[in-house]
Amino acid sequence: MQIDHGKCVACGNCIPICPMGAIYIDPAVNRATVNLDECVECFTCYRGMSKEYLNPTLVRTIRGFLKYLRIRFDPEPDVCPTDALTPQELTWPRIVRQAFSDPLVPHESTGIHGRGTEEVKTNDVTGRVNEGEAGFTIEFGRPGVGVRFRDIQKMTMALAPLPITFEKKNPVFSLMADSATGTIREDLLNEKVLSAIVELKTKLEHVPQVLRVVEEVSQDLETIVSIGVATRCDGQGDNALEPLLKREGYEFYRGKTNLGLGRRPAAVPA
Amino acid sequence: MTNTLHRFGSRDSLRDDYIIFAMAARGINDQGAPPKLQTFLRLALKHHPINVGNAVKGGIFRASKALTPLAHWRRREFIAPEEVVESIDTCTTVSAVFDDPANLEAFLTELRGADLGISINIAALTDEARTCCQRAGITRHSVEYSLGFHGDLNRLPDRHVLELSTMCGHGMVAHNLAKKMLDWVKEGRRDPRQAATYLAKFCTCGIYNTTRAIRVLEEARVGK
Repeated sequence: MQIDHGKCVACGNCIPICPMGAIYIDPAVNRATVNLDECVECFTCYRGMSKEYLNPTLVRTIRGFLKYLRIRFDPEPDVCPTDALTPQELTWPRIVRQAFSDPLVPHESTGIHGRGTEEVKTNDVTGRVNEGEAGFTIEFGRPGVGVRFRDIQKMTMALAPLPITFEKKNPVFSLMADSATGTIREDLLNEKVLSAIVELKTKLEHVPQVLRVVEEVSQDLETIVSIGVATRCDGQGDNALEPLLKREGYEFYRGKTNLGLGRRPAAVPA
Repeated sequence: MTNTLHRFGSRDSLRDDYIIFAMAARGINDQGAPPKLQTFLRLALKHHPINVGNAVKGGIFRASKALTPLAHWRRREFIAPEEVVESIDTCTTVSAVFDDPANLEAFLTELRGADLGISINIAALTDEARTCCQRAGITRHSVEYSLGFHGDLNRLPDRHVLELSTMCGHGMVAHNLAKKMLDWVKEGRRDPRQAATYLAKFCTCGIYNTTRAIRVLEEARVGK
């Protein structure tokens, strides 16, 4: 994302809007400027801010006069008054930033919007995770920190030797150079995204081992790691994962519940 | 929609936060899904959700792309929910947010009878979601637990900011904007409802819980 300095009036409204804190007023030019190394192309500023199309010269004159009189004006905080935010053309590898950071851009590898796959949200139809199995969603960068692929690679390389199976439809998997070792394409390692999810499946008995590795590697990362773990319930709605996680010392009370109301059409074989 | 999984807050802070969403499995039962997704939202609207959304077109709170200075005193804060329903023209994820479990239960009962055949999930306190399902005669199929945040936790802001910002799990509600709204409410420059509305506009899926946001902003205003 870029900011048109011919239009910008340095009102500063876009500064707190940026999830990465990548926008600032450059004192050399007194205009809002994007630190492109930190910008993840999420388009939050461009899409989320309401827009006016005021004359920049007029706005700067009024703002300057009010500032001279020490009058604090009270603008709407979510408006760019001069439509100064300007998307730039994205090419490889920078375009990967938008694919992982802008939820309205479908990822080519999954065809769905967002950073992961359907996970257990359609488990009642896909049968992806069964009883006795656990599906992990290990998310990097959220909330509001961002992550570079070199940090994600540290985790995927640590997980690869474990008795796990990476989800092949996952966007991060599609960027791996070698899924057996967990290495990610060299040209992407310095790219920063708002967040990314690594998905894998394992047997319930391996859950403690996977959790230990995830927690250990997380301590060495310059980002936040959010862990989700899922399983299929039995006919009474119970599952063996919940007591296992409690035995491992985890406190948890929030999650996603698949109601089992979906079904596979008879014409589509399992 | 893992964006609904990791909302920050204590059990008590999440007591009025129920997101229910519908989606079809790609390549399996997604043929003819849009009318079913529309039915899902129309049924939801009968039970007083506080927000509804289409993951690729937005929720009822959204930005205006053609404001004028005169609009500031009569801004349209949200669109009609029926516009969200009508916007569903492809296989997407649609959602409704409830702040009252009784309304969710009533919706679930009607939803079960509608037999749409697509996947329905609830993101909430897992025991509360299970209770709602049981009362509606539904046995849960699968469950995913949030085990919280790990790693470099020094990079996280305070709890009020996190409670507000993580209600958009895609990260579209910036910590700095949440902090600004908390400050503006404390300074009396905006009331909690206005501040919650600004925040909700940045959540592109329409899953932002404005009831909870208003409560968080009110608590923070008096230093709770």
